[in-house]
Amino acid sequence: MLHVARWRILAVLIVSLLGLIFALPNALPQSVRDGLPSFLPNKTVNLGLDLQGGSYLMFEVESQVVYKARLEAVADDLSRELRGQRRPGELGASKTPILFSGRGLSPEGDVVRVTIENAADVPEARKRIEALAAPVIGLSGTSSGSDLDIRTTPGNVLEIRLTEEAKVSMTRRAVSQSIEVIRRRIDETGTKEPAITRQGVDRIVVQAPGESDPEKLKRLVGQTARLTFQMVDESVSPAEAAAGRIPPGSVLLPQPGQPNEPFVLVRRRALVTGDNLTKADPGFDQRTGEPSVTFQFDGAGSRAFGRASTDNVGRRFAIVLDDKVLSAPAIREPILGGSGQITGSFTIESANELATLLRAGALPAPLKVMEQRTVGPELGRDSINAGALAGVIAMLLIVAFMILAYGFIFGGIAILALAINLVLIIAAMTAVGATLTLPGIAGLILTIGAAVDANVLIYERMREEELAGRSTALAIDAGFKRAIVTVLDANVTALLTALILFYFGAGPVRGFAWTLSIGVVTSLFTAILMTQVLVASWYWRVKPKRLPI
Amino acid sequence: MKWPFIKIIPKNTKFGFVRFSIPAAIVSVVLCIASLVSCFTLGLNFGIDFKGGTVVEAVWNKPINLAEVRERVGNMNLRDVGVQDFQEPNQAMIRFLPPEGADASATVDAVKAELRSIMPGVTFPRVEVVGPKVSEELGVNGALALGIAIILVVIYIWTRFELQMGFGSIVALAHDIILTLGFMSVTQLDFSLTTIAALLTIIGYSMNDTVVVFDRMRENMRKYKKMNFGEIIDLSTNETLSRTIITALTTFLALLGLTVVGGETMQVFTIIMLFGVFIGTYSSIYVAAPVLMLWPPKRGGEAAAAKAAVDARP
Repeated sequence: MLHVARWRILAVLIVSLLGLIFALPNALPQSVRDGLPSFLPNKTVNLGLDLQGGSYLMFEVESQVVYKARLEAVADDLSRELRGQRRPGELGASKTPILFSGRGLSPEGDVVRVTIENAADVPEARKRIEALAAPVIGLSGTSSGSDLDIRTTPGNVLEIRLTEEAKVSMTRRAVSQSIEVIRRRIDETGTKEPAITRQGVDRIVVQAPGESDPEKLKRLVGQTARLTFQMVDESVSPAEAAAGRIPPGSVLLPQPGQPNEPFVLVRRRALVTGDNLTKADPGFDQRTGEPSVTFQFDGAGSRAFGRASTDNVGRRFAIVLDDKVLSAPAIREPILGGSGQITGSFTIESANELATLLRAGALPAPLKVMEQRTVGPELGRDSINAGALAGVIAMLLIVAFMILAYGFIFGGIAILALAINLVLIIAAMTAVGATLTLPGIAGLILTIGAAVDANVLIYERMREEELAGRSTALAIDAGFKRAIVTVLDANVTALLTALILFYFGAGPVRGFAWTLSIGVVTSLFTAILMTQVLVASWYWRVKPKRLPI
Repeated sequence: MKWPFIKIIPKNTKFGFVRFSIPAAIVSVVLCIASLVSCFTLGLNFGIDFKGGTVVEAVWNKPINLAEVRERVGNMNLRDVGVQDFQEPNQAMIRFLPPEGADASATVDAVKAELRSIMPGVTFPRVEVVGPKVSEELGVNGALALGIAIILVVIYIWTRFELQMGFGSIVALAHDIILTLGFMSVTQLDFSLTTIAALLTIIGYSMNDTVVVFDRMRENMRKYKKMNFGEIIDLSTNETLSRTIITALTTFLALLGLTVVGGETMQVFTIIMLFGVFIGTYSSIYVAAPVLMLWPPKRGGEAAAAKAAVDARP
């Protein structure tokens, strides 16, 4: 009768003690925490970006661009293959040319179409296309077929598309590469501990706590930063080009910040790209004193640029960043050393940013901002203070209410259980690395209100049992035994909804789900085990004749 | 004056809840219809989480002329511009949709520059941009979360209790959610991600209450095999009444502090929660239980059920 197993008492003591130890660092200032002996935990609870201030950015990798680039490369290679030209560096006899209609090939949407003039050549053409295909590398690293889907359609038309597997694999690779590049870029700026994670198939989430200038972060992350060196096409006059007479193989690109030459006609083919850079640093143009970026090519880049500049002395080339011309200087003499400088209308800051971008490398595909949430650190601090104040008010109101309603003993037991409950929630969140957000604080406060429910259920049941004529001890015992079933049933539904919230919720809402679900579990512990131990020990000490409620 | 006050609450109340179940049902049905009508006519005030768009909060170091902000930002070729005052005279909240096809982040930069040019000395404590694709997904996920929550809770109640009780709880949940949505539509409170969280919490709270009553009904059905079902409901509701009131009060007290000092972001959440606590308590007594009178659960096999039916006759 009213026997409390020793293991229960032990469990309550141990869990409460562990809770205190894990929750304690949250109450200590940093200096004290650093001085703690290493066997004690010194982690504090993670604060969400809405509480500590910071930026949340979600990007989508525009994988269409990667698909298109691959198809363009295939189209280029294909016209060469069909004409029987050799690839650079390819040995052996040249192949017989196959006649096809049109001057060149380029993808229309997601398909490359080529019409073979002579029906008899179709199988040979198909064979040459198949030779261009690359294997798709699956997740496990094994090859799962070719990346090109080739179909013969009536009228001797061959249609080339990317297979679905190829698209999936290309997207995956583009996302991983992008994450790498973003990490390098952000690391260079010294932003503290950014979290860069993949989300879903083609998304990347960047969370930078304390970053108060999200625009800078966005410029740094969102820019493709594909640098190319291309010859300027001087075969037609700028006026003719502006009127739309653009020779094949060239393209008209804008040149921002140069009112007297807003557009430059450049050859499509890049002489060298940013991939061949080994160094990029901000500096100053020695002649004009304007900010600039100095760079150094690697071996292959130096050779390619040296050869091109030797062949084109007197002509102009363009330095192009993400399809915008930075500058288009004339080649005065062959540039053989492999180093140079980019001028343009830079400020010191933008030169600095460009150098950072070039050092970190280009993104494989452009990134599009899907979602951005920024909270200033002051607003975050205000939210913490408001949340803490609301918590204190809630706690005081409930303490007063419980004492008034159930008296010092039973009210006190409920309050003690509640206090330990709060400690346990904070300890659990700290230990598992859960994130506390502003809605999370609301969840915590809501838990304060709901956690006493279990105590209330138990107490009410005891009152009924006593009223039904049982002795005090029997009433307490039966009260517990019967109420526990109800408490469990009632809490399972709360836990279910909290888990769903956790699964579907994003960011701050997930923080709410954290506190709510942890709160349900800890309140079961404090209400059932702890209250029972406390009530039983009170009973054995006082041996009351009647319940004080 | 007796203290502890719990002694004031009579231990065995005998309110005839069931007697009022028909007027209560009428009130509930009318309110549900009104809520639905309001949702379809007034509509819900969806925030950028579900509509997409941009919100910029601006704080100047001096009071700002909102009319000027409204005019200057209004002339910026943005869509759906809204400028609201926000707590203090030196704050403003600007909402807009970027022009069709424009880059959302570049638009934010432009708006910030414009605000700076209206009056310098401005900071932006909060900027949120939600793209159309994301807002659509958030909407779908929110609806899914609510749907799955209801289904799971009902399945749980069905397995732990009876099919009929699962049915009673789903009616109660639908009632709570419809009324809360109606409340949001009438008050035009901002419907955001946090609202979904609030709705789910209301589901949890309302079910918590319903489970406590059902639990007692199950017990009483075993204990009083001959009692008719209406009496079982009355007895069980009365027996759990003091608990229902106290828990509603403590939850209410806890939320009260948050409503007063929790700041604008949390206020909407707590207001909905307070409403939900009230509705959830009401629906456990007057929706979930009376529905069982229309379709009573079986009591201890066919024979007992038949006997109960006989007993139930006047």
